[in-house]
Amino acid sequence: MRIGLFVCHCGNNIASTVDVKKVVQAGLKLPYVVFATDVDYVCSAPSQKNIEEAIQEKNLNRVVIAACSPHVHEETFRRVLKRAGLNPYLLQVANIREQCSWIHDNVIFATIKAIDLVKMAVAKVSHHEPLVAPKVGVEKRALVIGGGIAGIQAALDIAEGNIPVTLVEREPTIGGAMAKLDKAFPTLDCAACILTPKMAEVNQHENIELMVYSEIEDVKGYVGNFEVKIRKKASYVDYEKCVGCGICEQKCPSKASSKFNLGRGDGKAIYISFPQAVPKVATISPKHCIYFQRQKCRVCEKLCPADAVDFKMQDEIVTERFGAIVTATGYSLFDYSQYGEYGGGRYPDVMSGLQYERFLSPTGPSKGEIKRPSDGKKPETIVFVACVGSRDEAKGRPYCSAVCCMYTAKQAILTKEHLPESQIYVFYIDIRATGKLYEEFVRRAQEEYGVQYVRGRVSKIYTDNGKLKVRGADTLLGEPVEVDADLVVLATGFGASKGASTLAKKLGISHDSYGFFTESHPKLKPVETNTRGVFLAGACQSPKDIPATVAQASGVASKVLGALSKDQIETSPLVAAVDARRCIGCFQCLGVCPYKAIEEVALNNGAKIAEIIPTLCQGCGLCVATCNPGVISLNGFTDNQLISEVEAIVKG
Amino acid sequence: MSKFAYYPGCTLEQLAQEYDESARLVGKFLGLEFTELPDWSCCGATPSHHKNYLLSLALAARNLILTEEQGLDLVAPCPACSNRFKTAHHDLISDFDLLKKLRQKFDLNYRGEIGIFSLLEVISNLPFDLIREKIVRPLDRLRVVPYYGCFLVRPPEVTQFDDPENPTSLDNLMELIGAQVVPSEYKTECCGGVLGITNNQVISKLSGDILETAQKAGAQAIVVACPLCHQNLDLKQDVARSGRNLKPMPVFYFTQLMGLAFGINPKDLGIPKHTVNPMRLTNSLIGVRS
Repeated sequence: MRIGLFVCHCGNNIASTVDVKKVVQAGLKLPYVVFATDVDYVCSAPSQKNIEEAIQEKNLNRVVIAACSPHVHEETFRRVLKRAGLNPYLLQVANIREQCSWIHDNVIFATIKAIDLVKMAVAKVSHHEPLVAPKVGVEKRALVIGGGIAGIQAALDIAEGNIPVTLVEREPTIGGAMAKLDKAFPTLDCAACILTPKMAEVNQHENIELMVYSEIEDVKGYVGNFEVKIRKKASYVDYEKCVGCGICEQKCPSKASSKFNLGRGDGKAIYISFPQAVPKVATISPKHCIYFQRQKCRVCEKLCPADAVDFKMQDEIVTERFGAIVTATGYSLFDYSQYGEYGGGRYPDVMSGLQYERFLSPTGPSKGEIKRPSDGKKPETIVFVACVGSRDEAKGRPYCSAVCCMYTAKQAILTKEHLPESQIYVFYIDIRATGKLYEEFVRRAQEEYGVQYVRGRVSKIYTDNGKLKVRGADTLLGEPVEVDADLVVLATGFGASKGASTLAKKLGISHDSYGFFTESHPKLKPVETNTRGVFLAGACQSPKDIPATVAQASGVASKVLGALSKDQIETSPLVAAVDARRCIGCFQCLGVCPYKAIEEVALNNGAKIAEIIPTLCQGCGLCVATCNPGVISLNGFTDNQLISEVEAIVKG
Repeated sequence: MSKFAYYPGCTLEQLAQEYDESARLVGKFLGLEFTELPDWSCCGATPSHHKNYLLSLALAARNLILTEEQGLDLVAPCPACSNRFKTAHHDLISDFDLLKKLRQKFDLNYRGEIGIFSLLEVISNLPFDLIREKIVRPLDRLRVVPYYGCFLVRPPEVTQFDDPENPTSLDNLMELIGAQVVPSEYKTECCGGVLGITNNQVISKLSGDILETAQKAGAQAIVVACPLCHQNLDLKQDVARSGRNLKPMPVFYFTQLMGLAFGINPKDLGIPKHTVNPMRLTNSLIGVRS
């Protein structure tokens, strides 16, 4: 065995605290080390070349680099080894920067520690074996979960790259939250006018298969080879036959509240969500349908000119294969009834921002006229309350929802345009308007439209004589204030989409304590997850406005196209492996694996043992720690390798 | 569960004797065994918790330890007392250093193994059927505003009772005894509290608002579960009403109204002791001509 050691100065980053020359001298005395040198910047192109030459000239077969964290340059040096004709996994990086020079100031002790780290690396690398990255074939189809603006954009961009896409949406129409909006900030363009062309394009695109009113039932497999079960929920209307004429909805005698209008305004048991719905088809809600409740009626069935109503329809489960999955499941609004001090949902004239948006919209419950839900009167004084369910630790929502300041300013402006005589107050904590043209937009609300911004939180809302009394503090004046309002709009914050954590479990991805899906790296891998082949777009990852969502969706499309551009994907060989001869088949490992990377297999003699699916395994090591007989090992981190590291320092 | 150490506190001995009398009577009717806590002392309310936090804890803890020695749970009809006790319990069991300090400075050893309740909590936790079967005289002609005041249900992490913004326990009890509950948005607003003793302006505004909204909503009376609220709304009602076009409005303790429904004599419930004469309304409720 011939080990080469390269110790990096990293300019002054390492050399000012670690005596690099001493590390080299100490390294030369270590077993199997036949060559050692120090380098100014070991990652620079000339240095890489030098390493390559050293490997060949000195006939090295193992390499130790003492430099920065392996997170930074391990891949770089693996490529160097590969170029020099060595197996890239015969490398060990000793982190003498982040874990040594940067955190210590005493040169003597830091140098001793750096030498120890090098000793460990040398001991470990001498136990390294060549590893080969497994390759898997790729199913060149993508699944997009969620048909809001994020899913729509991602699906269109992927489809444009000539990859077939299946877009799954749980509601009967795509469009998501954006379809409910009247206008979009900061340009006040009609949300439907910019969204519906994209929805239509999705419907017509030859590379996109649209599955509405469907949900993900189960996900198996791994990058390039996912097997997904999709439940097509019974809509009781044959979507193939329905022409969307709407006669059924007109004539349906039932009463329901409109889901699309978030409970504000009337709906029917058979409904088309909104006029521009895609696909424009009717769906029956059995909970409200008179036939399902009392076995009488069937008016829609009789009147349907396309013969599309089918009361016998059942849920159907289809299984499809995909190479990559995009989750774009969006958000759900904070339930403002948790604010008892704001009436806890008891006052009809207190509503969420999205509900108010429906009142502003021409397709909403009041056809775009602003009316009080309680008595249908035009409100004269309207109060907006910011940060309801955001930045409030008492409600378990310490984070900022990022969009409420802006949509409140937008709604204040739109209200002024609908009702120029109205008096508008906005209670806020801070104004967060950091996007392009955002601050100017908020300024316009204040200066051009005369919206009164009051800095302070609202402490209580109560009713008095048909008015809503809004009590709060003006923290700039240092005085309590009370406003008699006709209507109160709560700028409710974003929470995770309903069912997000269940979906995360099915996909084997993680989410934060609020239910938002976790990206692989907050800065450098914002659309990847820790499960290869599963990507994130839009508000399912964190609260986002439309521009940020669309940008992320396009980003995700490029990642998916990249992943599916190859015929085969190389996966990491640093995965767990089961010693089949010694496995006792207890399957403790199966339960702890967060990536569903372990499966039961039967041997020829009928015994069942655990087997790792290397393409799915992320090398976390949970199974290794769990395995009672100790028959699972992690490539690159075997017991021998780890113990040799420990021995190297304890033996001195 | 039906046996309690009963802590009257200073107000129930003086200002709110009628609350004390009605509480003990109604308790007995409902099969609750109230044994007065022997050698009880100040609960640590207002003056001490404003001036010296540790002292207020020590004062409360002394009574809690006495209760622990009895092996009972504690009931304090006055919410100021129950709130002090719950606060002391909450702070002490969540801070070991505080417990240690209390032991070193005052030789007080609190284990924190008792339940602490306000009277409203104890009664509204009873099975409603048990209360219902005691009713002989439903108060179905009474339109009443239940007024909770501030510290019966707040802060929620300390009181652990009812909804802090929209409590309904008193509403439910009143409905149970047949009364018609008039909703009020002021059910948890401050009445002025101890400031009522010294500051008439505060009472005039805060208690005045409570009375005015109740009267405008068509209530005949207000029902309370707190001696301090009763003081500000009843004893000082002329101050609260001043400058407002309001009629006198009787204010009852909830135990008094329950007692009436159970057929107890108004005199035994201390009803005639009120400042705003409640007798006309009381007599009409129980069908006596006055």
